[in-house]
Amino acid sequence: MQFDVPRRSGRGLIRGIPAVLSVVSAFFIWELYVRLSGISPLMLPAPSRVLDQIVLNRALLWDNTVPTLKATFAGFALSLNVAFGLSVVLDFMPRVRRALFPIFVVSQTLPLVAIAPLVVLWFGFDLTPKVLLVALVTFFPMLVALVDGYAATDPEIEDLMRSMGATRCQIFRSARFPSAMPYFFAGLRISITYAVVAAIFAEYVGARAGLGIVILNAKNSFRPDLVLAAVVISSALTLVLFAITALLQRVVLRWRDVEGNR
Amino acid sequence: MSVLDMRNVSLTIGGTAILDDISLHLAEGEFVSILGPSGAGKSTIFRLLTGAVLHDSGTITCNGQPLATNQHGFGFMPQRDALMPWRRIIDNLTLGLEVQGIRRKDARAHVTPLLADFGLDGFTDHYPAQLSGGMRQRAALLRTIAQNRPVLLLDEPFGALDALTRTQMQAWFEKRWRTARWTTLLVTHDVREAVALSDRIYVLSRRPARVTAEVHVPAPRPRLGRPVSADAHAIEAQLLEILLNQTGESL
Repeated sequence: MQFDVPRRSGRGLIRGIPAVLSVVSAFFIWELYVRLSGISPLMLPAPSRVLDQIVLNRALLWDNTVPTLKATFAGFALSLNVAFGLSVVLDFMPRVRRALFPIFVVSQTLPLVAIAPLVVLWFGFDLTPKVLLVALVTFFPMLVALVDGYAATDPEIEDLMRSMGATRCQIFRSARFPSAMPYFFAGLRISITYAVVAAIFAEYVGARAGLGIVILNAKNSFRPDLVLAAVVISSALTLVLFAITALLQRVVLRWRDVEGNR
Repeated sequence: MSVLDMRNVSLTIGGTAILDDISLHLAEGEFVSILGPSGAGKSTIFRLLTGAVLHDSGTITCNGQPLATNQHGFGFMPQRDALMPWRRIIDNLTLGLEVQGIRRKDARAHVTPLLADFGLDGFTDHYPAQLSGGMRQRAALLRTIAQNRPVLLLDEPFGALDALTRTQMQAWFEKRWRTARWTTLLVTHDVREAVALSDRIYVLSRRPARVTAEVHVPAPRPRLGRPVSADAHAIEAQLLEILLNQTGESL
């Protein structure tokens, strides 16, 4: 018997079937309910109507997706760099870690509803406040994952490297950093799901364009169908970003698949 | 001249005396074992030698120089293999050379001719998880050898293996050692292993560890893969008695 060749992708597709089925049936029930109950589309538009709106307003949606994507990417890039830079500093200086970590925890307790308008007030209606808010929301899971990941390094590997005469930097680069990668990806997956939502929320509070603005305007003109159209786009963006991280993880953590397959 | 000379070394960690007045030496090409009960502080001697902890009193010299200025005269093989799971075997093998700043290409060229003797030919692109316990142990040993250090420190290298693999590995190791004659310090709690591989054996007491006996093993080599000689048998019995007597009171 030969299971080897189609193994991964084949299994992946088969595993995906229940998820697709449940999503499709949820939309089907929603569509059915709207049609049978005769509920007003101003209250609850059917999925088919939302889909129609996406097609009808594709130019508007596209024009407003671009700024959201920009904010998401810029914010996430900033967040990734800050998280990595901080994690290195904290790993090399345990005292700084004890001093600063509580501040990072507090930064995660701030209610976004209160902070977002202030950030917009301070930094204006341009890209900057969105980038900052996306970064604020997404850096913490990655930072914690990295710091925990470094700490989870096998002490025997570190002893071994020390016996070889390795410097602190060499140990970090060859042992602690790679040890943290599985943890980092766990954090990254959490972060990435917050990124688009954070960008949209920042736009909602104050912006010239973006999916957040589409949602705000559609809500104000009693267009739940258009609100949901923008929501569908936003979900799709998050799913795509999530898929990219999963792909990246598969490449970077190839060695783990080997282990898992045994 | 002794490659390694420890004199009257004592160590206390957090108020607990670990090593008490340990003296031992190791000559070029010699195979010496440190035999003692579990938890006696055998591995701590290696931690001293590799610079992970500092001794309180006594002197340690390596080729006549004090240890502090010659910290990296040792190739250390930890108890578990400590292979990096994210590195392919070849990159694990060259780790020590990489740390020394040798370029990857040169490091690989240095390791490659040794692969066959270590039974790792054709496995260089595998990850450690894809290898059997015995192969991983051989890879860990090759990683240690490849560093070209004057002294090998082996910390219970076969302890984690199942009995059958351990016997095979010991015989394989004896063969390799007979051709290469690495200057070796082995830590073990396995009497038979110590007698089969060593020229001399230091017996350690329970914590705080002191040297309670120094035993020469004059039996001819090879000793493994054939019935245990009468000499070796007598030494095994002698060592076992020393170990049992010193642990007897705590039972």
